[in-house]
Amino acid sequence: MTVTAPPAAPAQEAPARPRIDVAGLGAVRGGLFVLPSLAIIGVFLLFPALWTIYIGITDYRLTGEQARNPQVVGLENYQRAFDDPLFGNSLWLTLLFVLGSAVIGQNVLGFGLAWMLRNTTPFIRRTVEAMVLLAWILPSTVVAYLWITVLDRDAGTLNALLGTPGTAWLLQYPMASLIVFNTWRGTAFSMLLYSSALAAVPPSQLETARMVGASGWQTVRDVVLPHIRGHILTNTLLISLWTANDFTPFLLTAGGPDHQSEIIAVFIYRTALEGASDLGYASAISLLVLLANLVIALFYMRMLRSRQAR
Amino acid sequence: MAAVEVRELSTVYPNGVRAVDGLSLRIADGEFFALLGPSGCGKTTLLRTIAGLEPAASGRVLIGDVDVTRTEPGKRRVAMVFQDYALFPHMTVTDNVAYPLRVRGVSRAERVRTAERTTASLSLAGLSDRRPAQLSGGQQQRVALARAVASGGELLLLDEPLSNLDARLRLEARTFLKRLQRELGVTTIFVTHDQAEALALADRIAVMDAGRIRQLGTPSEVFRRPASTFVANFIGSTPMNLVDGSLSNGTVLVAGAQLPALVDGAPSPEVVVGVRPEYLTLHATRPAAAAFEGTVAVVETLGVSSLVTIECADGVTIGATVPEGSEPAVTTKVYATPQPGRLLLYSRETGELLGAAGS
Amino acid sequence: MTPGWVLRRIGFYVLISVLMAFFTVPMLWLATAPFDANPRLGLRWPDWTLDNVEATVRHPYALGSLGNALVLCGVTGALTCALAALAAYALSRVRLPGRDALLYVLLLLSSVVTGTAAMVPIFILMTQLGLIDSQFGTALVLTGGLLPAAIFILKDFVDAVPRSYEESARVFGASPSQVLLHVVVPVVRPGLATILVWAFVNAWGNFLLPYLLLRRIDSQPAAVVMKTLQDEGGSANLTVIPVFSLLYSIPVVVLYLLVSRRYGFRFHGGIKR
Repeated sequence: MTVTAPPAAPAQEAPARPRIDVAGLGAVRGGLFVLPSLAIIGVFLLFPALWTIYIGITDYRLTGEQARNPQVVGLENYQRAFDDPLFGNSLWLTLLFVLGSAVIGQNVLGFGLAWMLRNTTPFIRRTVEAMVLLAWILPSTVVAYLWITVLDRDAGTLNALLGTPGTAWLLQYPMASLIVFNTWRGTAFSMLLYSSALAAVPPSQLETARMVGASGWQTVRDVVLPHIRGHILTNTLLISLWTANDFTPFLLTAGGPDHQSEIIAVFIYRTALEGASDLGYASAISLLVLLANLVIALFYMRMLRSRQAR
Repeated sequence: MAAVEVRELSTVYPNGVRAVDGLSLRIADGEFFALLGPSGCGKTTLLRTIAGLEPAASGRVLIGDVDVTRTEPGKRRVAMVFQDYALFPHMTVTDNVAYPLRVRGVSRAERVRTAERTTASLSLAGLSDRRPAQLSGGQQQRVALARAVASGGELLLLDEPLSNLDARLRLEARTFLKRLQRELGVTTIFVTHDQAEALALADRIAVMDAGRIRQLGTPSEVFRRPASTFVANFIGSTPMNLVDGSLSNGTVLVAGAQLPALVDGAPSPEVVVGVRPEYLTLHATRPAAAAFEGTVAVVETLGVSSLVTIECADGVTIGATVPEGSEPAVTTKVYATPQPGRLLLYSRETGELLGAAGS
Repeated sequence: MTPGWVLRRIGFYVLISVLMAFFTVPMLWLATAPFDANPRLGLRWPDWTLDNVEATVRHPYALGSLGNALVLCGVTGALTCALAALAAYALSRVRLPGRDALLYVLLLLSSVVTGTAAMVPIFILMTQLGLIDSQFGTALVLTGGLLPAAIFILKDFVDAVPRSYEESARVFGASPSQVLLHVVVPVVRPGLATILVWAFVNAWGNFLLPYLLLRRIDSQPAAVVMKTLQDEGGSANLTVIPVFSLLYSIPVVVLYLLVSRRYGFRFHGGIKR
């Protein structure tokens, strides 16, 4: 249920004396208008999130005795997570994934593209932006397959370009492949965001730097970065949140070979629905993910608020 | 400290508009030079082309006899103050002022010393650690100037330096600026749309319109002998009287009056007569010399003087300034004589100055 | 033109070209392989043919899955748009208690409860509700995830409609639902269109939920069938998969172009000067 649109639009200020309810809806009908949405959100979004807490303390499975008669086992699942090397592995891999492809990859590439394109001809700018954007809007199953073909050992384009025949990238360097893939996939968002942010830097300050002979790097450091510091933080938080929860790597490596690329989304899936199918345990892990998401999201919204308040 | 020369310079916008059109100009070393004109006349574009922020389409820019037409702005040894001052909001006053030196790699101790010296000389002592947001408009402007001064350029460019200040502050800042430039002796070019500002500050003014210079001269020249009706209209706090007239036999018939006018080489007898309200003397009775005559329609107090609007023959109105205390009453009949040499004749067709009537 | 300047310009263009190549090369396959009589995994100049298209059309569940996707995403889009519109209108116009807190919580919910975090309880929930293999059930789940953001965005649109429009309609005797239909809806139409397309596109690309909840092949949308085709193995794949990928991708690209051209709407953090 990852939504690709960050609804971070600043709220409209109400006029001095808010004349609401101008259509004469009334509180009752107003409530009725909101009800269906709340119902669906409640059942399919809120309830599952809360129910995770409960399932996480049972030993529910898909099949077998525990499927019919799940027992409450207290914090046993969490205890297990603490000791489980596969879970630790997954956490570590997810961290690498987020750091490599989001914090560094998409951020740097997105900013770099925004900076380089800001003064080029409209043609170059539109063309490059179009390609980068296309990588983002193509459906995930398609781009995953495109990269499978590129990274293929025998016929892949990468091996053809690099002259390294016989390298099975997804098998030999799974995390590196995933990091490059996700950077490629998600840079568009950061690029657009930084483009906007750069356009908001007062041109006279950029020109002053130019007049005193500041180099490109000095200008970025002294004029640009101070203005976009807030945006860098919120952008990083947002794309990190999305990347940490991303399930698409499943389509490329399915967590393999042998758990080497089992980021948390894949770990949960496999724990819950493959093999022994331990839904209780998977649920406990899910709750941990929910809590982590919550922390990041709260931090993000706090940062947004403080920036809007200025 | 350097002279500036611009030769046949043209700057063209991507949409084809010639913002600066084949302009040539020479500014002496140490001169305080004004580019004056209505918005859209190209004065800011010219300034920016000299700075290097806009590329010249053709022609040359020379600073201190060095051709800098293709040189990067940072390498032209030019300092510029923008209309909004462009102070870096996250840096203190000291850091802002010292920034040009920092870019060049000057040591921190040296930078701070220079910054302190410069800010002190611009009456900014004690504000070194403040951020721009904590400064008043006038202080911000001086910090921007300090930064330009500290950068030690040969040429100082100011883009509407006073327009962001409120009216009272503007006059103080004007005097301050004039004094500063005199002390520094650095060649300065500033852009303004305010003719009073240009007249007060500049050693010489270039009045511009549509990418070209319409008149180049000292404030006094531009004020007393505007080279065209365009300049005449633009200069002067009270608008110059510009009335259609026609030449015949050494006189000009205008607003029902016949005034002596000896002008050679007038292409046609159709002219526009120009005379400043300040250079018309009012008489209650018909004077000996040729004069305008009419009835007083409006009297406006301007403080130390008043502007009297006189309705002459054929409904033509002219204005005359009188000192306080001698305002005629409305509807009385008055006569107005121009001071010697102050009646100017312009071609009605081209608007160009033909000459002064009489002397 | 100093040599340094020339060098830097060359370096700049080289870098831009490299980056362009980085982004374009993986996608080129999508332009060549569908029309290649001998499709390979690697990029190659194709032996142009339209036979693959025919093979895809004849494939038992390729087109069917596209149809499923249309239904699924259409329902999701319509549902999201309609419900969000009602809710956004009410929240914008009526002083409901706890409105701001509600919006805040909704926003939080939609970012926090991701597919990854909720896949387990959703799966169990739908199993117990007997909604596995139900297109409508999956649509409901998708809608649930999209609604908070949709409401938030639409509320902004509704806020921007001058209240005087509704007031004057009311003075002329319109009932609340007439006010809504005659006055408000036409004015926020761009917002509605955007949300409709946005929800549709999001659902179209969603893999995890249909993968989880739609088990029978003939009810699976294109996203899942893509993977099924890959897992199947066999050489028939490269005839079908490229064309299928293209068919599956085109609607999304077209819709994106339409919306951004028509309404210039870009979701990227709402930074305004």
